[in-house]
Amino acid sequence: MKEISVGVKMADKIKIPRQPMPEQDPLIRRKNFDEVPLGYDAETAQKEARRCIQCKKPGCVSGCPVEVNIPLFIQQIAEGDFLGAAHTIKETNSLPAICGRVCPQEDQCEKFCILGKKGDPVAIGRLERFAADYERAQGSVEIPPTLPATGKKIAVIGSGPSGLTIAGDLVKLGYDVTIFEALHKPGGVLIYGIPEFRLPKAIVEAEVEYLKKLGVKIELNSVIGRLKTIDDLFSEGYAAVYIAVGAGAPVFMNIPGENLLGIYSANEYLTRSNLMKAYLFPDYDTPIVTGKNVAVIGGGNVAMDAVRTALRLGAENAYIVYRRGREEMPARKEEIHHAEEEGVQFHFLTTPISYSGDENGWVKEMTCLRMELGEPDASGRRSPVPIPGSEFTLDVDTVVVAIGTQANPVIPLTTPGLETNKRGYIVTKGENGETSRPGVYAGGDIVTGSATVILAMGAGKRAARAIHEFLSRK
Amino acid sequence: MAKILKKEVISDGIFRMDIEAPEIARRRKAGQFVILRLNEKGERIPLTIVDSNPEEGSITIIFQVVGHTTALLSHLIEGEEILDLQGPLGNPTEIKNYGHAVCIGGGVGVGVVYPITKALKESGNRVTSIIGARSKDLLILEKEMAAISDRLIVTTDDGSYGFRGFVSQALAELLEKGEKIDCVFAIGPVPMMKAVSECTRPYGIKTYVSLNAIMVDGTGMCGACRVSVGEQTKFTCVDGPEFDGHEVDFDLLMKRLRMYCEQERVSYERNQCRCQNG
Repeated sequence: MKEISVGVKMADKIKIPRQPMPEQDPLIRRKNFDEVPLGYDAETAQKEARRCIQCKKPGCVSGCPVEVNIPLFIQQIAEGDFLGAAHTIKETNSLPAICGRVCPQEDQCEKFCILGKKGDPVAIGRLERFAADYERAQGSVEIPPTLPATGKKIAVIGSGPSGLTIAGDLVKLGYDVTIFEALHKPGGVLIYGIPEFRLPKAIVEAEVEYLKKLGVKIELNSVIGRLKTIDDLFSEGYAAVYIAVGAGAPVFMNIPGENLLGIYSANEYLTRSNLMKAYLFPDYDTPIVTGKNVAVIGGGNVAMDAVRTALRLGAENAYIVYRRGREEMPARKEEIHHAEEEGVQFHFLTTPISYSGDENGWVKEMTCLRMELGEPDASGRRSPVPIPGSEFTLDVDTVVVAIGTQANPVIPLTTPGLETNKRGYIVTKGENGETSRPGVYAGGDIVTGSATVILAMGAGKRAARAIHEFLSRK
Repeated sequence: MAKILKKEVISDGIFRMDIEAPEIARRRKAGQFVILRLNEKGERIPLTIVDSNPEEGSITIIFQVVGHTTALLSHLIEGEEILDLQGPLGNPTEIKNYGHAVCIGGGVGVGVVYPITKALKESGNRVTSIIGARSKDLLILEKEMAAISDRLIVTTDDGSYGFRGFVSQALAELLEKGEKIDCVFAIGPVPMMKAVSECTRPYGIKTYVSLNAIMVDGTGMCGACRVSVGEQTKFTCVDGPEFDGHEVDFDLLMKRLRMYCEQERVSYERNQCRCQNG
């Protein structure tokens, strides 16, 4: 039998089961905002790492949008070189503690793991999180050498995952990088959107601090397009601009009663709770409506975040109302599973058609229609078709509309010559983020529409290379 | 961080502050606002930019103590800093020569209508201003408004000064007398803006109102500030803050402004207790 890393035989490797993630008990965690998965300890991580068979042509790497050297870092964990593992990941992924938590690994690296063909894939995401957390806990986050200063300034608009990634890459190449953030805290969706119980804010803050140590400057409260335009940035001497403002505008359904009190967009509900810490009201000043019967409309990760937030704010009944079936839900399996464990009630094949309120304008009832699945639509999923006469009502006092987001028009409106498509997203040439304006690049949700943290990071990485090439040619 | 350069009490519970904000001062236009946050646990509140001094690098705000955050703000002194100041936000007022413009401010809304009035005057309009308050001691900016208006009408609800009644009644008198008015800007409490819009509706006079919806981010991200205008949902922060008064659903706005009444009371009382207990 062939020997592979750290002396575990192939046959024995396959016998090791995928190591479960220790988690807070569902009945306890539904009452708090602490992180749900607790993370592997060193022993568990090494055991899990030993499952990796070190494929010659690792499918996992090709499944990773930022091409982390997955077999190497897993081998390092197996060998007990945890810091080495963290450094390996950071060569291509500047935010591993975040990706280890929020990446949809089941659709990326782990989807291509050879072990997954017959059993469970290696828990790559959990191992990534372990290595990054270990490094942070040791207080030994290494500041990598940066190239000599080029003397060229680059403006990054937005401090979400795409902006943070490109800033890190370009500062290492010797550029003078300034991030302009509209809100009072950096991190974008990582701060305002994803709840504490899924991504502790201390982790995002640590990643931002790391970038600052590398030399990245961050200007908060700076709404580009209002405080200054992209043309102003060029006049101030910036050599290139990267637009990574996300798809931050909420979408409503435009059905009767949607402006009643107690009806939120997911953006507002989550921003109040996460960015403004309304879940700590009145210790924090920002209030949030803490309903007893909360319905969240939608089936994506944002909907899961919102409905689980509602439970933690004290909802007695927290519903997901989704127009398609369980199989079609775009949320990560793990998030759906967590929501179910915590007691979220699912209304599949259901869509709201109107809301009614009390005399003070508060929502009290939602009228819904049952749906059935028809022909596949453009996304390849079977499209929901209303069943006539299937109306029913649901008592609700809080509703969160989590059916997606759209492009915020402020930058396109104030940037002459910046081409957008008919949905308002910025048009880029090819994969490197080049826009119709020379020196202006864009990436993340403002180009693709709502997607994932890791895809936005991938766009940031490619644009960093493109900007470096563009400025090296000059 | 934005330093408070100057602070004045201009009426009972109404304050004026000059705040250091050089970039905002350079760029802001009439009708725009800022959002500020006072401390790490603070909420974000929008306030209109009343004036700016690009040379000094400052902006002016006027606010009335109505709750927890405005109370805290009123306790800050010159030289202290505001943690976060974001702006300028919102669309500037459409300033042009309309002809005869009537600018109406009620209560602390006089502070909001002031920059618009000034810009209208500077673009050649004949400006009639109507400003009002519950009583004489609550009236603000009388001198300042007089200086930028061709005519100033002052009203008080209790008749302690000027015309006895509401600003909308003073406007109605002008209209009944057959005065030719080309446009109206009305800013103040929601019932007042509603009343003014109803006054001008039969005459078909274009009437702009500036809405004070509850906001969080102020950049179009959250939709907290949504209002119904011409049966369509609009965001006050990015589509406004000014809208056609004849199209606004004021009743909905009034209800939405009361969404956090209970929590605001808790917050305010808690703060008062903290102050009393040292």
